[in-house]
Amino acid sequence: MNDIKVHVKDLDLHYGVNPALKKVNIMIPEKMVTAFIGPSGCGKSTFLRTLNRMNDLIENVKIDGEVRIDDIDIYGKEIDVVNLRKKVGMIFQKSNPFAKSIYENIAFGPKINGITHKDTLDEIVEKSLRQAAIWDEVKGRLYNSALSLSGGQQQRICIARTLAVNPEIILMDEPASALDPISTAKIEELIHELKQDYTIIIVTHNMQQAARTSDYTAFFYLGELVEFNKTETIFSNPSKRQTEDYISGRFG
Amino acid sequence: MLKTSNIFQLQGRKGILNRSTIDILVEGLTILAVVVIIFIIVSILGIMISGGWSRLSLKFLSEYPKDGMTKGGIFPAIIGTALMTIIMAFAAVPFGVITAIYLAEYASERSIIAKTIRFAVKTLAVVPSIIFGLFGLGFFIGFVGKNMDVILNGGELKWGQPSLIWASLTMALLTLPVVIVSVEEAIRTIPRDMREASLALGATKWQTIRKVVLPGSVSGILTGTILAVSRGAGEVAPILFTGAVYFMSDLPHALNDQFMSLGYHIYIMSTQSANVDETLPIQFATTLVLLLLTFSLNAIAVVIRYRIRKRAN
Amino acid sequence: MKSSLKKTSPKTFNYDISKKRFRFSDWFAEKFIKSIAFLSIAFVILIFVFVFREAFPVFRMDVKETVTAEPMVQERYGVDDKSAAAEPEKSKETSPAKKVSVPSSTLLSKDWMPVSDNPRYGLIPLFLGTFKVTIIALLFAAPIAILAAIYTAMFAKPRLREIIKPVIELLAGFPSVVIGFFALMVMATVLQEIFGYASRLNSFVGGIAMALAAIPIIYTLTEDSLTAIPKTYIEASLGLGASMRQTAFYVVLPAAVPGIFAAVLLGVGRIFGETMIALMATGNAALVNINPFDSVRTLSATIGAEMAEVVFGDTHYSVLFLIGSLLFIFTFFLNAVAEFYLKNVVIRRFQSKK
Ligand SMILES: Nc1ncnc2c1ncn2[C@@H]1O[C@H](COP(=O)(O)OP(=O)(O)OP(=O)(O)O)[C@@H](O)[C@H]1O
Ligand SMILES: [Mg+2]
Repeated sequence: MNDIKVHVKDLDLHYGVNPALKKVNIMIPEKMVTAFIGPSGCGKSTFLRTLNRMNDLIENVKIDGEVRIDDIDIYGKEIDVVNLRKKVGMIFQKSNPFAKSIYENIAFGPKINGITHKDTLDEIVEKSLRQAAIWDEVKGRLYNSALSLSGGQQQRICIARTLAVNPEIILMDEPASALDPISTAKIEELIHELKQDYTIIIVTHNMQQAARTSDYTAFFYLGELVEFNKTETIFSNPSKRQTEDYISGRFG
Repeated sequence: MLKTSNIFQLQGRKGILNRSTIDILVEGLTILAVVVIIFIIVSILGIMISGGWSRLSLKFLSEYPKDGMTKGGIFPAIIGTALMTIIMAFAAVPFGVITAIYLAEYASERSIIAKTIRFAVKTLAVVPSIIFGLFGLGFFIGFVGKNMDVILNGGELKWGQPSLIWASLTMALLTLPVVIVSVEEAIRTIPRDMREASLALGATKWQTIRKVVLPGSVSGILTGTILAVSRGAGEVAPILFTGAVYFMSDLPHALNDQFMSLGYHIYIMSTQSANVDETLPIQFATTLVLLLLTFSLNAIAVVIRYRIRKRAN
Repeated sequence: MKSSLKKTSPKTFNYDISKKRFRFSDWFAEKFIKSIAFLSIAFVILIFVFVFREAFPVFRMDVKETVTAEPMVQERYGVDDKSAAAEPEKSKETSPAKKVSVPSSTLLSKDWMPVSDNPRYGLIPLFLGTFKVTIIALLFAAPIAILAAIYTAMFAKPRLREIIKPVIELLAGFPSVVIGFFALMVMATVLQEIFGYASRLNSFVGGIAMALAAIPIIYTLTEDSLTAIPKTYIEASLGLGASMRQTAFYVVLPAAVPGIFAAVLLGVGRIFGETMIALMATGNAALVNINPFDSVRTLSATIGAEMAEVVFGDTHYSVLFLIGSLLFIFTFFLNAVAEFYLKNVVIRRFQSKK
């Protein structure tokens, strides 16, 4: 196993008085793909959003426990949330490019980081689009609206946009759930490429997708982390009954 | 639990008139009410058009009044109204947009501060317009202007009197809620997704507002501005004693000049001129101009707003 | 492909999260935006302060007065201003600041004669006039607006609704000076021909004209409160076999009563403060009677008509501001009641029944 990138200790999360995560403990390895699976409403998205503090935006969320990234507790008092979110990028279930040109979408991150030099921006845009394997499809129309692209292309634009910020960890919340099989395959291929450089955490409802793309898999159920192990182990030889039931499709 | 039990009781009751007959009659009345309102709107428009159309011409719009208002056009009143609303918009729009940003982006729904600000905005929206006139007189002219004169001109009367700037600022205060409401509504239609995308890229809150929220609310800001201008162009009570005058032989040249305005022109011509009958066509035509102006501005705003709402769904 | 990617891919990750960075623009933006937003509150307070401040001398002069003596009002007029005692009228123009006001007892008199030799500032005719016009306007506006709102919210087909609503709301965009002009030039004549009363401009004409200004407010707010009734309510009623008409009248309408009441209150506020229509269509005679076909002078019209001609700081000036203060307080409370009390009632009703 690689170094530990994210270390979560006894994490509890409440929406108002309703618990959504209960005593979650997990160690996520660096530069690997970790998949979160589990039935709807079990808290996968909630957990993912604790890792870049997106839950801060929701009123009435109460969080206890520790989330350590590179051994720094990101819920500590002195944490810079803005930089945290640059370090921990996020891809959403519904692709959400800005209503701007493709170029402006990708350049958004570098620009807010103070990069104004046109050549540097051009370079970053091209590099990010190449990394997201969409350069060839859009290079001729960088100044068209990103909204004119297909759903799958939009999602890869969102990935490129995140890459342009230079994150270390990329969180993906069901990134392919709204896409057709070909686009899904492209995204999966991309995930495979990206794990060379990034720690990737992906939420998915698709068992095959988890099995195909991830190195590690975590199974959540009713806000609890039931089982976390190497993906092969989870799928071939789960140690918990609930995991087995879920994987074999006996509930969900 | 529900009041539905009444329905059956009422259904069973037999009087001279069967209950459901009454219901049909009442529904008929509701239709009648709509027809009456639309009839009123159409007749105001129709009568203004028929009374003023013949007088309306490019000359009428571009000439000064002549012969004690009995001839000529309304050029200075148009320019005065335009200047007043432009200055008003320059004051009201930035204030309104910023307040709307605060309410939509910064304030927590339950915070007392936000609630108080909301209540203040509502209060500004319902305070009678004549009160704004009093405030303009007491505050802008009697306090700010007078003190400016004392400090800047050694007491010589320059700012402490009714003028374009004070009328515009008074009107800005009156139209502030219009801007706030429109802009806040537009900001709230921007999907949460977009804010999250920006924040997840490490943008700060202000960067998100500047680069995502504001560009997305341009049409809302536009609607708010148009509605405010339309409202400001039509209001007369606030400028009765803060800057409007009946006649000027020249256009206003400075912020402390007085000005003519369409609404005030209509009011004075129709109530205080010696020969009302003679000037009647001019009055109708002036009213028609004002009505068409506010009407078309409103219609544009309605269309833009409709588009925004459609985007939201 | 892969190797080329490797070469270009970034290796230097250097986002320091361990220390909060101070970002000036962010900090400043928040402070600035918050302060500007606060100004809305400040404006309301300023309006309060400045309208009241100018009205205050009415009471102060009165106090001075009661300390001196008690005889007749008329005799005391101009007494303090000894040099000009013989010519009270001139003194009024030349040295308004020194002029002694009439005591506030005239505020309760039946005469509004602010510019006579012996000025009297009786507010009774103004209140009565305002009251008359408001009642008449409300009697017209409320039923029409509420009925039209019921049609729009309950009976109209969605497509028709999308046309009716904005069209009726266009009436809100008519400047009141236009409505006033219409009332003065057209309605006054037509109504006089129909009813045959003596004075062409009166509280009846003014009231109907003001109803036109109040209709869109009452209509919009009523329509909103009708459409705010939860769908489940309507469906439950329809499910029990009630017709749409029955549901509208016996389920939706009663549930929306607090909202409709709030709508009417805000309509009252609008009528109460309406100045231009009052100035142009009510005749502006401060009479004390309840005949709807007599001329009236409303509170706001009095301010509008007289403020431009008064002497700055004079009693008349202060009394006009006093009237303004009363209007302000009144609409402020109307709004407060409509906002807080009724909103809570509406919310509570639905919560308790869920
Ligand atoms: N903003 C919120 N406010 C209150 N409760 C919430 C909020 N978001 C999620 N929840 C609740 O928290 C629980 C976990 O939700 P979460 O979205 O994390 O589930 P999930 O595993 O991602 O489900 P899905 O697979 O459907 O996306 C659910 O019971 C949900 O209702
Ligand atoms: Mg989810």
